[in-house]
Amino acid sequence: MTSANTAGSTGNGLSLHQQRQKAAFWFLAPMLAALFCVAAWPLMRTVWFSLTDTSLNDLYGGKWIGFDNYLSVRTLASGKVIYRGTLVDPAWWNAVWNTVRFSVVSVLCETVLGLMVALVLNAEFRGRGFVRAAILIPWAIPTIVSAKMWAWMLNDQYGIINDMALRLGLITDKVAWTANSDTAMYAVLMVDIWKTTPFMALLCLAGLQMVPRDIYEAAKIDGIHPVKVFFRITLPLIRPALMVAVIFRMLDALRVFDLIYVLTPNSKATKTMSVISRENLIDFDKFAYGSAQSTLLFVILAVFVLLYIWLGRVDLSGDGGK
Amino acid sequence: MMDNKLLKNVAFYALVVVIVVFSIFPFYYTIVTSFATGTAIFEINYFPRHFDWANYQTVLGGRTFPRNILNSVFIATTTVVLALFLAVTASYALARVRFRGRGLLLMTILAVSMFPQIAVLAGLFELIKFLGLFNTPYALILSYTIFTLPFTVWVLTTFMRDLPVEIEEAAIVDGATPWIIITKVFLPLLWPALVTTGLLAFIGAWNEFLFALTFTSQEITRTVPVAIAMLSGASQQEIPWGPIMAASVIVTVPLIVLVLIFQRKIVAGLTAGGVKG
Repeated sequence: MTSANTAGSTGNGLSLHQQRQKAAFWFLAPMLAALFCVAAWPLMRTVWFSLTDTSLNDLYGGKWIGFDNYLSVRTLASGKVIYRGTLVDPAWWNAVWNTVRFSVVSVLCETVLGLMVALVLNAEFRGRGFVRAAILIPWAIPTIVSAKMWAWMLNDQYGIINDMALRLGLITDKVAWTANSDTAMYAVLMVDIWKTTPFMALLCLAGLQMVPRDIYEAAKIDGIHPVKVFFRITLPLIRPALMVAVIFRMLDALRVFDLIYVLTPNSKATKTMSVISRENLIDFDKFAYGSAQSTLLFVILAVFVLLYIWLGRVDLSGDGGK
Repeated sequence: MMDNKLLKNVAFYALVVVIVVFSIFPFYYTIVTSFATGTAIFEINYFPRHFDWANYQTVLGGRTFPRNILNSVFIATTTVVLALFLAVTASYALARVRFRGRGLLLMTILAVSMFPQIAVLAGLFELIKFLGLFNTPYALILSYTIFTLPFTVWVLTTFMRDLPVEIEEAAIVDGATPWIIITKVFLPLLWPALVTTGLLAFIGAWNEFLFALTFTSQEITRTVPVAIAMLSGASQQEIPWGPIMAASVIVTVPLIVLVLIFQRKIVAGLTAGGVKG
């Protein structure tokens, strides 16, 4: 990296470069040890638990049962075949479907809205600083607090959202947004989009600001329609930034827990993979079964990331081929 | 032609107003509600009409909430200090020293920062029970390392990579060891980056819910988000909305103030975490 790396050897027989590498090892060791303890080791244990029949109260009493928590096939004497395990559990597939629906819709809306907000903020106008400060507020509010705030606003009897919608004539009767299984997902999506669009907007804005202004000037002189400029010039140029922002948000959305746990507790219509895993792990005393579900979530996310990076040719390193 | 331009301007500013109202209104309404008590809370007021501190007194005078705030402050602060301490040396090595496997290591760290927390929940639960940390603040400090540390390492690495080579070369010529280079040369230059990453890590730790919910078992050991989620009345029908809104305002206002003060730096820190060309 530095030209000094290749400088001559020092007194103790190690070159400067070797010396620096040795120091680098000792600088990295504590961080790596810490990450091993809180990430790699617990992950391995979770996978291990998923292959046993461990229970919450007796963490060390589990026996190896292979893949039975995922799928077990038993043939009864009568010849009837019984399938059990997460992979044939309708509750699990419901959670998978909920998670996918939630993630795709929320990230899609956030990207479109975020891009719109970013385009507004990229224009020069009076009060731009104020607007940028204002959109940071939803982002700064803790998720639990926003869930509670919106739970109040979406309250069926006293909520302001129902009041507004009634006044505007959008609905004729008060809606129990969070309790009703038809609208619970919309409620969750509404809050999530409100909370994370600012993050998306800021990342898009950073991408937009790297587009040189003269390109727009040139397009303007040539009399190209602004919409065409956006799709032909702006969008391709900010695509790398957008791709990275989307995957960050997607991963966040796929593991969503707190918002759903607080806003729509116990609603089958919104239960996600994280929620159902924790329920089994801690609340239902099906520790090993929950471990299997969280392992599956991890595998699904890992496959998704790899596919995304591979298909989208995303450069996450920020090195830019340095 | 003139009319067209005027129309465009009006439309643009209307959009700006919509964005601002949409961003601010929910928190504004929370503040309005937090000052209403009794039956007044069930009136729908778009503008503040009541000004009653009773909800704040209920929350702050309660047995546990002040303690929950102290828990959160202690846990978030310790987590941040620990993460920054480990991350500064590590990111120096990652940013300034060339060694085999560096790219792979950086990718691994990024991957850990994207870990679904539920995937380590079972293993961490066992580890925390084993270490005897269950239901203590240290359980949360330990588990929060999983998302604060990779994030701080990643952002500090990108910051350090951009520092000029010359100052480091000068120090090497003067015979400075890597440790001296970090503490005497880089650290003073890194202060702005440390403040930003520290603040972002603090917000992350302050807001965390899943681990806090799972690794504490008493009202007195809870952190603020769990305490707010669990605030309840005598029955399902009696959700104490007033105190919940007051508690929400109490824990959110400091964050908003901090975020607005460090606005520019936070935007830089967030974007360094992801988008860099």
